[in-house]
Amino acid sequence: MTPGAATYARCLWGILWREGLRFVQQRERFVAALVRPLVWLVVFAAGFRAALGVSIIPPYETYITYETYIVPGLVGMVQLFNGMQTSLSLVYDREVGSMRVLLTSPLPRWFLLVSKLIGGCVVSVLQVYVFLLIAWLFGIQMEPLGYLAVLPVLLLTGIMLGAVGLVLSSTIRQLENFAGVMNFVIFPMFFLSSALYPLWKMQESSLLLYRICAWNPFTHAVELIRFALYLSWNGTALAWTAGSLAVFLGIAIVAYDPRHGMIRRRGGG
Amino acid sequence: MAQRAGHDVASVGGGIAVAGLSYRYGSKLALDDVTFTVEHGHFCALLGPNGAGKSTLFSLLTRLFTAPEGHLEIAGFDLSRKAGAALARLGVVFQQPTLDLDLTVRQNLRYFGALHGLSAKTIEQRSRDGLAAFEMAHRVDEKVRQLNGGHRRRVEIARALLHEPPVLLLDEPTVGLDVPSRAAIVERVHALCRDRGLTVLWATHLVDEVRPEDDLIVLHEGVIRGQGRVPEVLESCGGADVADAFARLTGGTAAA
Repeated sequence: MTPGAATYARCLWGILWREGLRFVQQRERFVAALVRPLVWLVVFAAGFRAALGVSIIPPYETYITYETYIVPGLVGMVQLFNGMQTSLSLVYDREVGSMRVLLTSPLPRWFLLVSKLIGGCVVSVLQVYVFLLIAWLFGIQMEPLGYLAVLPVLLLTGIMLGAVGLVLSSTIRQLENFAGVMNFVIFPMFFLSSALYPLWKMQESSLLLYRICAWNPFTHAVELIRFALYLSWNGTALAWTAGSLAVFLGIAIVAYDPRHGMIRRRGGG
Repeated sequence: MAQRAGHDVASVGGGIAVAGLSYRYGSKLALDDVTFTVEHGHFCALLGPNGAGKSTLFSLLTRLFTAPEGHLEIAGFDLSRKAGAALARLGVVFQQPTLDLDLTVRQNLRYFGALHGLSAKTIEQRSRDGLAAFEMAHRVDEKVRQLNGGHRRRVEIARALLHEPPVLLLDEPTVGLDVPSRAAIVERVHALCRDRGLTVLWATHLVDEVRPEDDLIVLHEGVIRGQGRVPEVLESCGGADVADAFARLTGGTAAA
């Protein structure tokens, strides 16, 4: 009577398919997801190019422009926002009840949550590739094979950041709290990372901030993406990202377990 | 017929068995030692005013969360130990609308079928039959947003039956509908029960949705105040009709 592999595969496919349909319908969201990093790339980077010099650090083998430096960070940003939007949509799903429909599936809840994460991640990977294409047109070009090598990395970092969102979604009770998520999660995660400036620069100005950056899972996600784009190996970043994924996913699964019931607080008559 | 019964085999064949179920939100007791069974093929109306504990009971029956005390069984499967098997035999229509408004009827059904592991072919065929039974087959490619409330409800009931569960739960399914739509849905679900042997638990606060041949459970402030066949409940509390019985069973302490 236990469900077979086909049942799991159909369920996963159904969840991905629905994410895909919603993605196609929400073109504004797609445009917003692209405009955000492009503004950083075109405006912010142009302004800071003169002010900041980036010396030769791995994985780079020559001097690079500031625009080139921040592209992996902006890729991370696309995935970070997408991960948080997935969490936002889960809170929304809970309010409108489609979460309940999802959870009436006879398959285990962890599987449903992981399927949701994979769905959100696939969407973010699409966004990233469009962003990389536009960056390429602007002349910011990586190793050709790097675009391929980064794919498995993007799946890992996308699911990891989605899992962070999942943990948040279990603690947010209402949609309105998303502004708080922006201020207290997205911005600190983004600015206290290696996305905009190399960590050694941070270390020069503040050892404490440097330590925080070095502990930030987002830093390691960005570095993993950066190294993959240049076909380099970064075991530390991989271990950090995979470890963070395990920890956040574990917390999310416990939070959504019906016995611990983060959802139950919404109960009524 | 609804009665106090032991666990284990009470729900075999497609019924519902609930025993000793209690649940509290903080210090507020939402359900207090609730015990009942709905036998295979019966239509059971769960009648209670707003705040009686109906939604909590539905959340527990659909395993949105679990209760530390009590025993729940769907079609012979213990909801805490065999959750997957129990949920596979359960169809649910929630109080809030849960269709994706921007997807078509067909897309909604396809997504739901996939969640239950059905093949595309099976989903297609059952959708056609299920929607035809609710006279909705011709609207299959319309977006749900274009349907009125009554039609959305019909689609939701057809969706809840897509995986052919023996047990169907409906939580105030007629809320917000006009009188003809309400009557049509009440009639259709009774017909499903009669013709297909479906076990139905229908939560409502509207006494006119209860029929004389139904089973009845009156829930008030988390406690079952009366249960049995409708005539039995009327007799035991001295009510002239369901409305009168409901008032008698919930009136004394309601204070609201």
